[in-house]
Amino acid sequence: MSSNLWIFAASEAGPSPVIPHPAEIIVGLVAFSILFLLLRSKAVPKFEQAYRDRTNAIQGGLERAEKAQREAESNLQKYQAQLADARGEAAKMREEARTEGAVIIEQMRTTAQEEAARITSAARSAIEAERKQALNSLMNEVGSIATALASKIVGEALDDQARQSRVVERFLADMEESK
Amino acid sequence: MSVSLRMAEDGFVPPSASDFFFNPVFGNSILFTKPVLLVGLSVVLISVFFIASSRKAAIVPSKLQFAGEGIYSFVRNSLGQEVIGPEFMRFVPFLFTLFTFVLCNNIFGVIPLLQFPTMSHIGFPIALAIFTYFVYHAVGIRKHGIVKYIKDICFMPGVPKYIYVILTPVEFATYFIIRPATLSLRLFANMFAGHLLLLVFTVGGEYLLTSTILMKVLSIFSFGFAVGLSFFELGIECLQAYIFTLLTALYIAGALADEH
Repeated sequence: MSSNLWIFAASEAGPSPVIPHPAEIIVGLVAFSILFLLLRSKAVPKFEQAYRDRTNAIQGGLERAEKAQREAESNLQKYQAQLADARGEAAKMREEARTEGAVIIEQMRTTAQEEAARITSAARSAIEAERKQALNSLMNEVGSIATALASKIVGEALDDQARQSRVVERFLADMEESK
Repeated sequence: MSVSLRMAEDGFVPPSASDFFFNPVFGNSILFTKPVLLVGLSVVLISVFFIASSRKAAIVPSKLQFAGEGIYSFVRNSLGQEVIGPEFMRFVPFLFTLFTFVLCNNIFGVIPLLQFPTMSHIGFPIALAIFTYFVYHAVGIRKHGIVKYIKDICFMPGVPKYIYVILTPVEFATYFIIRPATLSLRLFANMFAGHLLLLVFTVGGEYLLTSTILMKVLSIFSFGFAVGLSFFELGIECLQAYIFTLLTALYIAGALADEH
């Protein structure tokens, strides 16, 4: 290719394009050096700083998110524990109430039984008193009746055994009737 | 340019290498020719753009910072980190300057009014290749010491002894002559040929306009080709900037490696 260019250049009698102009090399070296120094001192550090900041921001964000996640999880556990406690407490209270209710019912039953027993015993003692009273009055009456019977038996001739028993039976029948 | 002067003469004169040489815009010094002024303009544009776009260094970038960071991180990550490895950060400023400098000067080739790729003047690619040359040799010598570095280049391990007769001169020439020469020639030739191609279609179209009605109509195709090729050139200009920087990074990585 370069030989063609030489012919090309020779035919036009101009300067050859593959022969560098020393001044242009120097200009190139200087221009590149200036640009290099400018970009290295001004642009590259800033771009790198932007990268670092961005990396930090993203990492910081991720860390914050993780922390929030952890907090949320611990809160959830706390609330679940509290909920479980509350449930246990409610169950305990229900159990207590049930036991207490049973106790109350038992007490009431006992009281009622006692009352019933009291009433029964009161009734019984009243009956007993009445019976004693009846017995007393009966004893008195039996005494007088026995006296009357004895007088009758004594008054009448106790001739035979048959008569005697008849008198007794009559007496007893009278007693039945008089009752 | 001498194109319009030649148009006045009879017949079509194709554009040639002489179209790449300019008279000074003012004065007589070469410092005021178009390529040198374009190089100066590129330094101003690149430094203003990247200093402005990196100035705030915000976590959430503005559009300007995003654009600057995009180019910077492309060079930093896919040319620096991936090619050179863990020690890449030392070389990022150099690679970044290299890439942006070549890219900007290449793209001048398709920017209206400027329309000249500075790197088609071989002096500039040579200047850049000189930097690359010294950087990768300095890196290798600092890392391995000068004796081991040159020994590693000349005597590749794991090769039969008699091969060294051929291999040693080839390897030595590769590292000390061929690499910088191809680096600068590749960039220069691509930009030179691309610009010449654009000139052919533009100058040709212009010449057709001075001819008959039919030829004037046909000049549309010539200009159309020039426009299409300009986009093609834009691709090549970016690619060449990438290749130049990639090869530099590869040479540095090679000098850093324990065995060549």
